[in-house]
Amino acid sequence: MKTIFAIAGVVIMELYRRKDFYVLFVLTAFITLAAGSVHFFHESNIVRYVKDLCLLLIWISAWIITIATTARQIPMERESRTIFPLLAKPVTRGQIILGKFFGCWFASGIALVVFYLFFIVVTGSREHYWPVLQYVQAILLQWLMLGLLTAMTLLGSIIFAAPSSTVTIVFISAFSIWFLGPHLNVIALRNPEPLRDIIYTAYFIIPHLELFDLRERLVGDWSVVPWSACGLAALYAAAYTGLFLLLAWLGFRRQNLST
Amino acid sequence: MKKVSPYCWLALLLAACFTLATLFVPRATNWNGNSGSENAFQMLLGNGRKLFANECFVMADVYFHSGFYPSIFDQQEVDRDVADPANGGVDDADPNEDYRGKPKDWIDRLGRNFAPNRHTHLSQGGASGNMKSSSVEEILPWLKLAADMNPQMIETYTVGAYWLNTDMHQPQKAVDFLRTGWKNNPDSYEILFALGQVYYEDYHDNNRARNVWELAAKKWRQLDAGEKTKTENKLIFERITTHLAKLEEGAGNWQKAINWYRAAQTVSETPEAVQQQIDEVEKKMAGQPAATNNPAH
Repeated sequence: MKTIFAIAGVVIMELYRRKDFYVLFVLTAFITLAAGSVHFFHESNIVRYVKDLCLLLIWISAWIITIATTARQIPMERESRTIFPLLAKPVTRGQIILGKFFGCWFASGIALVVFYLFFIVVTGSREHYWPVLQYVQAILLQWLMLGLLTAMTLLGSIIFAAPSSTVTIVFISAFSIWFLGPHLNVIALRNPEPLRDIIYTAYFIIPHLELFDLRERLVGDWSVVPWSACGLAALYAAAYTGLFLLLAWLGFRRQNLST
Repeated sequence: MKKVSPYCWLALLLAACFTLATLFVPRATNWNGNSGSENAFQMLLGNGRKLFANECFVMADVYFHSGFYPSIFDQQEVDRDVADPANGGVDDADPNEDYRGKPKDWIDRLGRNFAPNRHTHLSQGGASGNMKSSSVEEILPWLKLAADMNPQMIETYTVGAYWLNTDMHQPQKAVDFLRTGWKNNPDSYEILFALGQVYYEDYHDNNRARNVWELAAKKWRQLDAGEKTKTENKLIFERITTHLAKLEEGAGNWQKAINWYRAAQTVSETPEAVQQQIDEVEKKMAGQPAATNNPAH
């Protein structure tokens, strides 16, 4: 475990050094504050559109940070040939995969907390309402989803040659899953056989990212989600994360690193 | 030649930019026939902005339901509840009404915990039941955007003014919004009717209410014969004329009231009910002298 967290620590430090996080945070803050400064009908208490916009920007930023950070980890180690001294420590390939995963996941978690702190301060100062438990649930579920996305990207970085192609493919796949995934069952039922079975199978195979999206509930001031449902979602995320990590390890184990 | 510092060049370029901006910006506002009064959406999107106006109105309805709303995949015929009270309907949210039906599978069942899952209206306390944090004012940005995107979308003004007036108790803001709508749609009898309602019910200004309602009735009568037979148009004319009749009845102008009720009877789906009201006014007229003998419009 010590080795895994040592590798993870290096990845977290990389987040501080790179400009991605700072640029995205400043952009999110600027757009949110600009939108919040607009007054409709001279009403100063209107807040939901600001919450909606800010949460959307947080989601987009978190995805970009997670995918971009994860996609370049292993290709960069290979390109700079630092993977060889790392493996000579000795560190196993499985430990590298896990170290990179935890590093990227914790890094995205740190970024997520900073983004949410900004969101809570901005919206709370406007509506004078602090639903702490709802915020905690939203952060936790989104972080679990980012773990799943990290594992997915790590697998992509083993399969695809360049980080740019990994970023593009994972981003498009994740967006499609998030946008279409929840509706595939409805679409399946409207189609004849055998298309119905094919779509329904796809519906059960894909990881359902919408299970971790509490934006609409936060914007609409809905009550806390039952913790049992959150627990099931956590198990669901853990299962898919484990699956992707296993596949990544299987791919990485047999990969020729010298080419 | 002496080398000039890059900072000097930068300062010089900034000064040049500022000078040119002060020179050209006032002129640019008049290029292509654009006047300074046109909004940013008109300048950026041209007529294409009208495509987005309907989406903005739908977003107002989504916010009204605190996010509990069918998606494009649900193929659900959407009744825009946010507009119902403004159109004379009832503002009722049935908590048992669920467009999704029963859960189709375990993922669907689990997923419903993480999405808005109950039919509520902001006007009735929203999802939390907390009126303070769930006020109808939250829909206003979308209605304002819809009006900016498509100034000819009349429903935006009537719905916005209705909530400004009834839920937020801001009749002056409602009047201002309706007047903006009237300026953009001078022939709209719907906007005139809504304006008259604010004058009559909130300001108790019968003269102004009468004037705008009579103008609304006049505008409605200018419609094509085909347009007049449409149910929604008949309904709005019935509302205009019955409101005028009530106003005249309250003022003791019995004959005018009867004439407006008769006008309402021509389009009403329940002419018997209108006839009862006419009979009541006739009884009152027989018992009391008329306030004025002016012929009705």
